[in-house]
Amino acid sequence: MTGTSTFIRAFLRRDRWLMFWWVLGGTLLYYSQTTTGDIYTTQAEFDRAAKSMEENAAFIAMAGPARALNTVGGQVAWQAMAIGAIVAGLMSMFIIGRHTRAEEESGRDELVRAAAVGRHAPIVAAAAVAAMANIATALLIALSLLSYGLDPVGCLSIGVAHMLTGFAFTGVAMVAAQLTDGTRAMYGITGAVLAASFALRAVGDVAENGLSWLSPIGWGQAMHPFSGERWWPGLISVAATVALVCVAFALFARRDVGAGVWPSRPGPQRAGRGLLNPLGLAWQLQRGSIIGWSVGILLLGLAYGSIGDDVEELMGTSDLTEQMLRPGSSITDSFYAFAVVIIAVIASGFTISSALRPLGEEDAGRVETLLATAHPRRDWLLGHVVMTVLGSVLTLLVGALGLGLGFALVTGDTDAIARYLAPMASYVAPVLLLGALTRLLHGAVPRMAFLAWVGLAFCFVVMFFGELLRFPSVVADVSPFSHIALAPAEDVRWTPVIVVAVVALVLSVAGQVAFRRRDIITN
Amino acid sequence: MVDRMNDVIDIRGLHKAFGCTQALDGLDLTVTAGEVHGFLGPNGAGKSTTIRVLLGLLRADAGTVRLFGGDPWRDAAELHRRLAYVPGDVNLWPTLTGGEVIDLLGRLRGGLDERRRADLVERFELDPTKKGRAYSKGNRQKVALVAALASDVELLVLDEPTSGLDPLMEAVFTECIDDFKDEGSSVLLSSHILAEVERLCDRVSIIRTGRDVETGTLADLRHLTRTSVSAEVAAQPTGLDGLVGVHDLVVEGHRVFFEVDTDHLGAAIDALGRLGIRTLTSQPPTLEELFMRHYGDELPAETVEVDA
Repeated sequence: MTGTSTFIRAFLRRDRWLMFWWVLGGTLLYYSQTTTGDIYTTQAEFDRAAKSMEENAAFIAMAGPARALNTVGGQVAWQAMAIGAIVAGLMSMFIIGRHTRAEEESGRDELVRAAAVGRHAPIVAAAAVAAMANIATALLIALSLLSYGLDPVGCLSIGVAHMLTGFAFTGVAMVAAQLTDGTRAMYGITGAVLAASFALRAVGDVAENGLSWLSPIGWGQAMHPFSGERWWPGLISVAATVALVCVAFALFARRDVGAGVWPSRPGPQRAGRGLLNPLGLAWQLQRGSIIGWSVGILLLGLAYGSIGDDVEELMGTSDLTEQMLRPGSSITDSFYAFAVVIIAVIASGFTISSALRPLGEEDAGRVETLLATAHPRRDWLLGHVVMTVLGSVLTLLVGALGLGLGFALVTGDTDAIARYLAPMASYVAPVLLLGALTRLLHGAVPRMAFLAWVGLAFCFVVMFFGELLRFPSVVADVSPFSHIALAPAEDVRWTPVIVVAVVALVLSVAGQVAFRRRDIITN
Repeated sequence: MVDRMNDVIDIRGLHKAFGCTQALDGLDLTVTAGEVHGFLGPNGAGKSTTIRVLLGLLRADAGTVRLFGGDPWRDAAELHRRLAYVPGDVNLWPTLTGGEVIDLLGRLRGGLDERRRADLVERFELDPTKKGRAYSKGNRQKVALVAALASDVELLVLDEPTSGLDPLMEAVFTECIDDFKDEGSSVLLSSHILAEVERLCDRVSIIRTGRDVETGTLADLRHLTRTSVSAEVAAQPTGLDGLVGVHDLVVEGHRVFFEVDTDHLGAAIDALGRLGIRTLTSQPPTLEELFMRHYGDELPAETVEVDA
């Protein structure tokens, strides 16, 4: 353990800005939900709104079990905890990854290991720093909510729940870091666990079949902050964390530094024909992400689809349901129109990360050698654009098929299998527009390319909280998703789809041209 | 004068700034067909930036850059068919094997010489089945070198290509460059290893803070420097300090040590001959000395600029 404290200090220094933004973002995510209380002028109005939310299965799938939704505390817990858990999970994953597996992969780890440091010092220090970041977020969440005037016990409970969920995902990341010798694969494994945790609790919360108890996110929500707090579910998180950390250390002890538990096999001596065709490299680099996202989105579609026509009983007849209901359509169709949008918005995550991939290649210094060959710049970028477009279409398609299949399986209505294809197809345009925006940023101002994620966050907020937060329609109209018909509740309108698609095409071409006219990023 | 049509690389008055940092400040560089041209300079002098502009990866702010007579920014891909490039920092894709990368780069350049590829893999003792992330720096460099040398090209652009190689592999590299040169091809070799440059290069350009400060054959440049001489003579060594071009004279009994401007070496040896030479060691100027002469005075020069 020699050197652990030195490592902790070094990591904290390296991560100070990264942690600042994660902690601040996590805190704001919770604190901003207190505005829900300001929207309603009377408690009666709040009660009515709460009732309509409670009866809305789509909201429950997105957020969590509905409890005390007619109180500000209940709203904060409901709206922030599931997403907050994902934020805590991602933060913990990146902190563990960059200080353990990424260091080993780059070889820097060897350099420090040659110094007088204990074998376990880096991983212990990384775990400590991840824990500190989670504690800091939890503390700020609790204090900020306390400053708003919420019940102190609830503030403590929501902070502890957030922290323990973060700890559990820290444990997951530590195990994942032992399994493979690649950082990207480690992030993939952890990300899959995060997605599965979210999907389990989404299905479990809607169907109330106990699946939520298999999810670390569910454990946190089971502590019921602001709605009759109970503490024992926290013990499940603690036990899971202890078990995961023990597994991580046991695996760590059994493997060589730089290697993973899963051995890296030697690869082919010669490049196959697949790699040598014009799209080969882009496909090789993006296929893992395309397959991973497709599987994830397919599962998400199946999860929503398997709610089936139970929706009718769950939805009730509230104002919000009325708002969601389109004239002349069934409650089921209205619900699935929202499910289609939710899947499309989540799949945009693939589109943006895929459109950022060429930038990642530039940053990693792998583009210089490639573009010093007879491979034109235009074609190199185009290869990645093709992957982004095809991958986006594929993920949306399997999402729609998942919805249809899930629905058909539960209800026996085989016509449903193809029902969501056309509605989902109309969302290809806004999803690709986010990708095109990313490409324009990459081409014109590569240092600002991360802002594409802000664009997605904006669309997300407009889509799901726009009516709740009463955004002026001018602001809401900026989101390309706002213009697409809510099919199957409404008929698909192709004119806005074509307009959005044309805007996407223009932005994409502008980005590709800008890329050809700028310096390659070199270091 | 050299026939301009024969110039593989012709850079005149090249300027390139990154933000407010002036990386290149009026650089000239010419590489003629069939020559191995050494490109020397300290870290941050602008060697890599020059090469990246030459390859059309960066856009020149001002000046003319001709590669095979063409514009490397506009016609990058077309011109790149005729060259191969090895960067100073070779970054490979973590999931591709070395063999796959060699084939990929070869294919993108327009084809590999299969026999040469096999031969180079063996000579460089490269394991082509390892994944990119498993290679050491030297092995990553070997991957890029094999890919470059196995391509059928007229020009090699090498940016400190041996910085990660062990001495045995450096020797292999030197042989390979000799073979390449024998086919009449040209090389631009940026390097810090002066022995390598002395051994391989026909001409060298030395650059500093973004401009070229010296260009010529090694013989040309030697005129600009001094030869160190140490000798033991029969007679009492007197009168040597009066000779033109002799510096730092030290006399210890019958032994003398001094440095002499290479232009005046003959006269100095004549004078020693008159004293009766018993032993004589003369050390020709090394590139190190050339290098030190141009970079050693960095601080004073900058102080003057600040004062002015």
